[in-house]
This record gives sequence, structure tokens and C-alpha cells, in this order.
Amino acid sequence: MKISFNINGLPKTVEVDKNTPLLWVIRDILNLKGTKFGCGKAACGACTVHIDSEAVRSCSYAVKFAEGKTVTTIEGLGTEENPHPVQQAWIEEIVPQCGYCQPGFMMATAAMLEKIPNPTDEDIDNNIINVCRCATYYRMRKAIHRAAALTNDSSNPLNS
Amino acid sequence: MSKKKISRRKFIVRGALGTAGTLAIGTYLFRNSIRRSIAGMANTADTPYMGNTKTPIIWFETTAENNIIFHCPKVEMGQGTFTGLAQIAADELEVSIQQMQVIHAATATGNIDSFSTGGSTSVSGLWQPLRELAATMREMIKGEAAKKLGVNITTLSVRDGIISGGGKTLSYAEAVKDVTDWEIPNTPVLKNLKDYKFIGKPIPRIDLKDKVFGAPIFGMDATMPGMLFGAVVRPSSIGAKYIDSDTSEAENMPGVVKVVKEKDFVGVVAKSRMEAENAKKTIQVNWDIEKAWQTKDIEDMIKVGNGEPIVIQKEGKAKSILEDDEGIITQEYTSPIGAHAQIEPNGAVASVEENKATIMMSTQVINFSRKEVADRLGFDEEQVNIIPTYLGGGFGRRLHTPNAIQAAILSRAVGKPVKCFFDRKEEFQNDTFRPPTHHVLKAKLKSDGSIEAIEHNVSSGDVMFGSPLVPKIAFSIIGADVGAWRGGMIQYGKIPNYRAISWRVKLPFATSWWRSLGLLANTFAIESFLDELAIKTGKDPVQFRLDQIQDDERGHRLKEVIKAASNKANWKDGVTNDRAMGFAASTDANTPCAHVAEVSIENNQIKIHKVTCAIDPGIAVNPDQVRAQCEGSIIMGISASIYERMYVEDGQLRPVIYGPYRMALMKHAPKDIDVVILENADAPGAVGEPPMGPIGAAVANAVFRLTGKRLRSLPLELS
Repeated sequence: MKISFNINGLPKTVEVDKNTPLLWVIRDILNLKGTKFGCGKAACGACTVHIDSEAVRSCSYAVKFAEGKTVTTIEGLGTEENPHPVQQAWIEEIVPQCGYCQPGFMMATAAMLEKIPNPTDEDIDNNIINVCRCATYYRMRKAIHRAAALTNDSSNPLNS
Repeated sequence: MSKKKISRRKFIVRGALGTAGTLAIGTYLFRNSIRRSIAGMANTADTPYMGNTKTPIIWFETTAENNIIFHCPKVEMGQGTFTGLAQIAADELEVSIQQMQVIHAATATGNIDSFSTGGSTSVSGLWQPLRELAATMREMIKGEAAKKLGVNITTLSVRDGIISGGGKTLSYAEAVKDVTDWEIPNTPVLKNLKDYKFIGKPIPRIDLKDKVFGAPIFGMDATMPGMLFGAVVRPSSIGAKYIDSDTSEAENMPGVVKVVKEKDFVGVVAKSRMEAENAKKTIQVNWDIEKAWQTKDIEDMIKVGNGEPIVIQKEGKAKSILEDDEGIITQEYTSPIGAHAQIEPNGAVASVEENKATIMMSTQVINFSRKEVADRLGFDEEQVNIIPTYLGGGFGRRLHTPNAIQAAILSRAVGKPVKCFFDRKEEFQNDTFRPPTHHVLKAKLKSDGSIEAIEHNVSSGDVMFGSPLVPKIAFSIIGADVGAWRGGMIQYGKIPNYRAISWRVKLPFATSWWRSLGLLANTFAIESFLDELAIKTGKDPVQFRLDQIQDDERGHRLKEVIKAASNKANWKDGVTNDRAMGFAASTDANTPCAHVAEVSIENNQIKIHKVTCAIDPGIAVNPDQVRAQCEGSIIMGISASIYERMYVEDGQLRPVIYGPYRMALMKHAPKDIDVVILENADAPGAVGEPPMGPIGAAVANAVFRLTGKRLRSLPLELS
């Protein structure tokens, strides 16, 4: 069936089995490879995207539910020229190792900061529950606090 | 200066990527490279680069923009090797780090690492040859510039890839343009360490932006024109052998292009991944399964005393002293089956044509992947080009890649490129696991509290001997499985009598390389036991260790990290404000490392607040990435030591998903990791694995101080 939604600011219509996980539509049909497959069971978070500003694990979200909604992937979060504060913080803290899980973590972090602009360590522990096998958690925590500071700092050119 | 003239045919010229000129050098420089025995390599990290030494190979290209493309023979799996090697090359090439671009060398370029990326050897192994290569290339380009500028080469100076002399300048790109016959000088004298601009500096990772903005860099992101999707039925049960299958339903499923039946597997190719997966689910496979294995079967097998013992270390009369009836302290320790659990599943994109095959994939064994595919297709190796991608985690999981064969077979069957990956359940059930271990430690103390004799027995499933990389014929030469006993030797050389014995057990499922190999389990056992002995003598466990370390260079470096870690952590033996410190140390692959873990018990759970780590990798080419590897290794080691365990139930390895396979998450990671880097050696050594060693024992030793309970099994559980 035909399903229409907005992704990274662009309207898209795909013709696909309505139960196809959104992840595979994003990756294989729309050719946006930044959103990763890790487990297919919403257990690792590598496939995290935003749907109407909520963090969603797209491997377990049938594309039919995206009809009429707004989807954001890592490619739409920010660009090299105009990075999202989370991406800027990730660069400044040199977080990634293998890098495979990192888009999922950044998407989860960006969604959390929308709701909790100044997260405590406990907020981070409770909300950022993705899996990183390189175990970059130590730097991710620092980057999350830095991203919050960047977001809240009105003098930050990223916010102008 | 004597010069070797080589003919044009020894160079490979590439026209892609706006290339202004391509240099292929290496043949000469590696002629005298030392090749050590496999056994020697496993115990000392500075493995030489094992690459091709016979044919011309592409190492560097210059682009029209005067950048350098470095074709890296080692794969980037998160360890930061692209960045470290780019720093090394840039310094001798006389270009800025911003001019360095790094790509994986495809097998077609000839720059093939015939061993693997693993064992924490990439930077250490290429330290000398890569600097020599870069310096040679610099001199070759200068030689051409001298000709073009009409000046003597000795009058030229270079900065950032711009050559100046005689009042004129020429970029590297201009200098190499249209050159067909190159003169290769003898290897130039390398610069002094203090003159390097990038080596030793915390340069940001060269792959940082690709990884932050979601660039398609991984094997799973690879595509080829006209690509179809494959799915292969993989067994759930241990030891299951494929007999045959009923594919009648799959053949008529929507989107299915072809069902492919081979002698050893069955797969399906479809237009989309979903259609391939849906068709696969309908295939009924007839498996030959010998036995429904249980965890208890495996535990009964992994016991010191089963199988053949091989003495791997012997000094003095430990055997006879420890046969005494009195005063012998004996303890047992165990570790479980561990999964790799890397987030990017294994898979490949393959395109097989009549006379050639192209494979894009995440692999740690580029050369071996090529050989396996070529053998199965009946091709010569030169007909197969492996294009490595970034790895979504390695950790040893990609040291065997039969998935490339399956993708290639499916592609040949349909005459189109095919992408074929594992799903997560298949990853967990068809992993090449970290083998379970059982350790028996014995010691006798002298009246002054020092150790008179100590013995470590380790029973383990195969590590190196479980790998197809190592031919079976080599087993008798190597003796014991050096992977299984990595970290299993006694490192306290002042003890007059010591022995280590490895017991090999062949398990019914695949076990092999897992980050740091036997180090995690062996160090847990030995360093827990040392702590028990220290407590028995009433000595401080840090001083107890220092007292038993020999005075040679290896001993000196170990003592220095022990002192550095304990000083930085303000080491104190005992419980303060409900927190206790635990200490452990080990030397892995010539890199000594010591940890102090600061631990409390909260809600009957082990909570690790802080880890202070001191490591001596010799020259830290990139101190920031040395820190990153220590941080990651410590937390992954915590994950393996406190949370992770595979079990066997009714013939199946379980769990099959994250969550039930418990791993350290954000909330379990220490909020404070303090890394002290010492540089007491004159070359870079291993970094990625040594910090895995002491973490389990450091935590267990702290837990004992908090609870009075000695935890001798991984994962550490309070009740």
C-alpha cells in the first residue's frame, strides 16, 4: 500500500507492504543508511529515530503507523555545516569508537533533551538505555551534559 | 646515495578519485621484516606487519588537491587505528594531518595484511614500516621535484606537502604528475621522536564526522547496483548439520527470485529484505543433531584435570613443593561462555560474475575472507576483490567470515549482487564464543609472608585452536593454545617456584577469539588469588605485589603502573563511607596495566563508582585514543565480569537477544574513569586489550572488602 510521511523535512510516499518495519523503508527504500539495524526487537536502540519528536525504535515500528507523521533520522538531525548541539558535543568529546550505535544514541539524547533540558546523571541513566558494545558510555555521559550546556547557552552560535 | 631503479610495470596507476599520481612502494622495505613464530607473537604484542612483500602495492595516492590517500591494510573497528596510522604517516610524509585521508585497502590494490586486524597489534606492528614507507615516498617525490625545478634535491625543503627550493615551490600533486619511472632511494633516516608534529598528540579521530553525521560507512550500509537481498537458514542447535530442506512454500512467496540449495546450507534471494526473511521462515530444514546439550554438560567438560595438560611456564620446583600435604592454599575460579554481541551483525554484499567476484564487508581477516570465497567459487584468489568497510565492532567476531561465502553463492545463483546478513538470534546462536574456563590455583607461603611457590591451572575451550586461521598442523608446533592461556602465566618473577599449566577442552560449539582472549578470565583468577594470599599474610595487596616482582625491565614497567595507579587513586585498603577499593594488575602483550576500582553495594547490586587505570603502552601515538581504548575496555570488561553469560539449554545457546543477554548499560558504567599513561618503552605497544585484564579481579577484590564474601565465578553475583 501507499504510505506518505515527512522525513527530514521532505514529503515522501512509499509503496510497500504496510507491515514492513520503518527501519527498512528508511534504509533500503529511502536510502538513508545512518539509522542502523542492531537486533530487530527494539532491544538495542541502534535504529532510534524521531517520530513527531518522540524517540522511536524503528525496527519494531510498522511503516503504516508513520502515515501523515514527521520522521527525523540522524541525517536530518544536523549537518556538518549546521550540527545539532548533540552532534557538536559528540565531536567535542570525541565519543565514537566503532560508531555503529552512535546515531541511535544521539537521536535518543536529542529527544531526551527536548523534555529534560538539564538532565541529571540519574535522568541520563534512566533515559539513555541503548547498547554500545565499544562501551563509550563514559564519554557519552560527558557529551550529553555538554550538549545540554550548548543547548541552554544563549550565546552559543548554534542557537542563533 | 645508491639508488635502485625499478621498472614502470612495478607500479600500479589508479585513475580514480582525481588522482594526480599514485605511488606503490613497499616491496623493498619489507624484505627484511622479521617474522616471528605464532607462539612468540601471542605473548609479545609487537607483531611485525605481515603483509605482502612480493608484488607492487598501493600505499599512498596523491590527489589533485594535494591530499594524500592512505590505503590502510588494517581495518578500522573503533580502535582508532586509521587516526594513529595517519598521524604516523603524516609526520614522515611532511604533510599536515588535515591532508591525510584514510581508506581501507581493497585486496585488488595488493596491500593485503595476510594476518589480521586484531591482538592490539595494528599501530605497534606498522610503527616502523609505515614510517619508513612514508619517509621513502617523501624522498621520491622530492627527487621528482628536484628534476622539475632543476635544482639539487639537497636544497629542497618541505612543509605541508609543498616543496620549496631555488626560490620556487611545487606541490606534491604537481611533483608526481606524469611521472612514470620512479627512483627509489635507500630508506631515509627517520626523524627524531621530538621532531614529530602529530605523533604523541591527541588528534581528533579522522573518522569522527562520518560517525557523527551518519555516513554510510559500514558493511551493512554497502550497496551495489541491482542488488537483491538474501537470507540463509542458520541452525539454532549446537552441532546441527544440514541434511536437506523443503522449500516448496518459499519458492512461491512474493518477491522471491530464487531458492538456493547447497550441500551445506539453504538460502533464498528476494527483491527486499522483508520478502527474503518471510520466505526463509517457511523453509523446513532437516537437521542432524547428535545431542541436546545442557549447561551442566559443558561445565563438566571444562574442568582442570580433563584432557591433556601442557606446561606453559616453569621455574624452580613448584610441582614438588605444592605436592606437600600441609600449608598448601588452593582455590578454584570459573568464567562463563561470552558472546561478542557487536551491534553490526555479520554479513556481506557480494557480486559474482563469470570470472570475478567483488565482496564488500566488515572483516578482520581480509586475506582469509578472500581465500575462503575463492576456494568455494573455484576461483584464483586474484579473481576475488574484498573491499573492506568500517566495522560495526570487531572484538574478534570477524576473524572468521563464512558469511562472505554464503553471499557469494547466492549472488552467483541469481547473477546479481546480493546482500545477506545474520539476524540477531543467529548472531547469538552462531557466534564464535569466548570459551568458558575453570582455574585451579595453588600456593605455599613462606614464614615471612612471601610466596614460596605458586601454580595456575587453566582449563579452557579453544581460542586459537578454534580458529580456521591457524592450520591444525601448527597445533603440535605451538603446543598449548596460546589464546586460551593469554594472561595465564605468573608475572611475579621474584617468586622462586612457579608453574602454569593449560588444559585443552574441545567443546561442541565454536569458541575462538574474543577481545583480549584468555586475558579476562586468567587475570581474574590469578589476581583474585593474589589478593586472597595478601589478605592471608596481612599485607597490603599493592605492596604484596610490588614485593614479588622481579627487577628486570618488564618488572620495572609493571611496578611503575602499579605505583602510578595506586598513587593516583589514593589507594587505601579498607572500607570508607561504605565504599571499598579493589586492586589488580597484569601485563598483556608487553603492556602492563593496573586498575583500582572503587565499589559499593547498592540494593544488593555491585556499583562501580570510579576506576583509576595506569597503563604503559610505550609511545602513546594518540594519547586521547589510548584513553578512549582504556575507558571502553574497562567498561566492556565490567560488562563481561558482572553481567554477561551465555548458557546452554536443550541443545541451544541462549539468550538470543540483548536484555536477556545482560550487558553494561549507561547506568552501570562508572561515572569516573581516570587514566594515567606512562611511556616507559621506546615504541608503541598494545592498547586495545590490556585494560580488559585486571578489571574483573579489581572489582571482586573490592567486593570482598565490602561483604567478606569472595566471589570466584564470573559473572560476579552477590547472591
